[in-house]
Amino acid sequence: MIPETGHFALWLAAALAVAQLFGGWHFLRRSEHEAALRLLVPAAAAQGILCLIAFAALIWAFAVSDFSVALVANNSHTAKPELYKLTGAWANHEGSMLLWVCVLAIFGAVAALRVRALGARFRARLIQTMGAIGLGFYAYLLISSNPFARLPNPPAEGAGLNPLLQDPGLAFHPPLLYLGYVGMSVTFAFAVAALIERQVGPLWARTVRPWVLTAWAFLTGGIMLGSFWAYYELGWGGWWFWDPVENASLMPWLAATALFHSVGVLAARDALRNWTILLAVAAFSFSMIGTFIVRSGLLTSVHSFAVDPERGLFLLTLLALYVGGALTLYAVRAGSVTHGAPFRPLSREGALVFNNLILSAILGVVFIGTLYPVVLEALGGGRVSVGPPYYESALMPLMLALLIVMAIGPFLRWRRSQTGAAARRMVPALVTAAIFAAVALAVGIRGVLTILGIAIAAWLGAASVMIVAGKGARRLSAASAGTAIAHLGVAITALGIAISAAGSSERITNLAPGETDRVAGFAVRLDGVEPVAGPNYTSVRGLISVLVDGRVMPLEPERRAFISPMQVTTETDILPLWTGNLYAVIGDNDAEGRWQVRLHWQPMIALIWIGGLIAAAGGLVGALAGGRRRRRERREAAQ
Amino acid sequence: MTITKRLSIIVPLALFIAFVVVALVGLETPQNAPIESQVIGQPLPDFELEGLNADNPGLAASDLRRGGPVLVNLFGSWCVPCRLEAPQLAQLAEGGAVVHAIAIRDERRDVERFLTENGDPFARIGLDPRGRMQIELGASGVPETFLIDGNGVIRRQWIGQIRDEQVPEILAELERWK
Repeated sequence: MIPETGHFALWLAAALAVAQLFGGWHFLRRSEHEAALRLLVPAAAAQGILCLIAFAALIWAFAVSDFSVALVANNSHTAKPELYKLTGAWANHEGSMLLWVCVLAIFGAVAALRVRALGARFRARLIQTMGAIGLGFYAYLLISSNPFARLPNPPAEGAGLNPLLQDPGLAFHPPLLYLGYVGMSVTFAFAVAALIERQVGPLWARTVRPWVLTAWAFLTGGIMLGSFWAYYELGWGGWWFWDPVENASLMPWLAATALFHSVGVLAARDALRNWTILLAVAAFSFSMIGTFIVRSGLLTSVHSFAVDPERGLFLLTLLALYVGGALTLYAVRAGSVTHGAPFRPLSREGALVFNNLILSAILGVVFIGTLYPVVLEALGGGRVSVGPPYYESALMPLMLALLIVMAIGPFLRWRRSQTGAAARRMVPALVTAAIFAAVALAVGIRGVLTILGIAIAAWLGAASVMIVAGKGARRLSAASAGTAIAHLGVAITALGIAISAAGSSERITNLAPGETDRVAGFAVRLDGVEPVAGPNYTSVRGLISVLVDGRVMPLEPERRAFISPMQVTTETDILPLWTGNLYAVIGDNDAEGRWQVRLHWQPMIALIWIGGLIAAAGGLVGALAGGRRRRRERREAAQ
Repeated sequence: MTITKRLSIIVPLALFIAFVVVALVGLETPQNAPIESQVIGQPLPDFELEGLNADNPGLAASDLRRGGPVLVNLFGSWCVPCRLEAPQLAQLAEGGAVVHAIAIRDERRDVERFLTENGDPFARIGLDPRGRMQIELGASGVPETFLIDGNGVIRRQWIGQIRDEQVPEILAELERWK
């Protein structure tokens, strides 16, 4: 009964989405805004609750291993650890699409209840647009990906779950990403409503800002978690592979990053109106394009999802309707959006525009690299794959330029800036950069781009700290604090990227128990190998000792053989040291009893994820900033 | 409104339409197009495999360079699908094809029993106890069947058991390489 309840809740939610879309129209045509809201707000709220019920029903089916539900039978197993039974609910196509719809409905409900600043008519348009987006995804879910489908002959045991997915990093990576992806739907609805009502201006920007920043923070967290998972679980020693699915999450991130910077300009100076609207449309469009790429199998990827061309076509249709619709609206209406205020190139706005241009260029590079194989094939060429060399050579100069703009921008004033004054305020940060470069050279790091990268990252880091130091804690607004924290996070990530790329070393060796090898100055000894029995796997564990500054530290990489389905995974073991990570993977043994051991030394690599999380935290601080100001404005308006 | 401004407003829509068109074409193209083995068109290296007994001499590279196309079937007495394709192999032999075989990771006794139980359509059988020929031929498993032209060059590969409907196709292919 419970799965049927979930299924029914989904149909009800879809019906409410229909009511939102068409009922809203009826009232708005007669300019009865309050009447429209009396229908729309409860409908959106109820939709959120119904989706939660549907999602809870699916979780329940997984929790009790109800194998009469096809999805559970195909993706779960009674021998699976309890936590992964639950996370298994979204580690598959149908379940993850239900999660997507669920997040969409909850965002829709919160937006319906909270977005009041722009008037009743705008609010109604916003809810209506959210309903329209929801409707398409309900149709997709109910018609081609029903998660609650029953099996006529339920099996006694489930078909398991990909053991690679039995990992906390991956269990929580998709929900975070979805919060980010789907959070962008609200900004998309904001843009559509703004185009319909011709309401683009500073108030619009201030209202949309917390939504963009929240979604951006979740997206950043999700991307970082995915990258960290790939680093320690896949055992390839890398943290980003320019895989199409990774790029699919990077593209909306880039668009969103550009968006909240341009929203800042619109909020403060009423400039960049059209551009901001376009970015708001683009951020969610790239989220949907990402979902489409991932779910349609258009591109071959290490993330092999179940591929079904019919579903791909369905998603493409939705994409064409929503994105095509929004862009058509843009093409029709953008001309009538009045010009914002003009400004000088050397100003805060100028720096933000430059930031937007670079981010757009990066987005273009990633987009072309990701889709080039598809385009080539569509034109009758062969199958190719675009790899890291393309991205690295194309993006490196752009990234460095972006970091420099980030370091300078916050020191410029709105409208126009005095060159001399801004330069004087940057001296301490430049000194820090020089010190970092000198230290890097002293410890033996070589390569012009690497040294440049380290110096610029240090510059940005010091400049970000100085935003706080320059204003003092008292005069510091939450928005500036958010900027400082996020920029500091980016600086730390950039530093981690530069140092780990320059200083990493790898050694693949065959060791018999008792033998010793060296990597990056560490003595590494294989003491032995022991068998281990886990809850649903058996494993071979290598016992490795590492000599670090006179102390012996253990490293215990494993090779796990999962029972259902049969699959072998490598569990890397990572020894985190202050200076970096020593990373071990154990492979096969040969006839002479030697084990293949792969050792990586990755200096400072943890900075990449630490910086990412700091940046995400900065985004959340910035999102809260808007809230405080809005409350103050409301108080003042009430008085 | 200036022309450039008007254009800049339409460009995003145009780009998106281009994306949709490309994606549509991409969706229409079959996704799992089989990737042809790298060994197709390559000559077989020299090899010499032992036979079963005095009556069945074994298989060497020279047997595949006698001027006419032949089939080489990789099988194992331990492999179930290999039993299932025995009738099809017999049909091929009756249709005039020369079918050689390589027994992968197998024991003499087991191969002999396999042949008595399932029939012996093979001209020659070579024993490959360590599966070396699997690597030389680029085979991913057993059963697999290869077409070798008269000069010892690998021309076609059929992965998995041969089905009834494939028999005419294989005979036609042999005809083509005569």
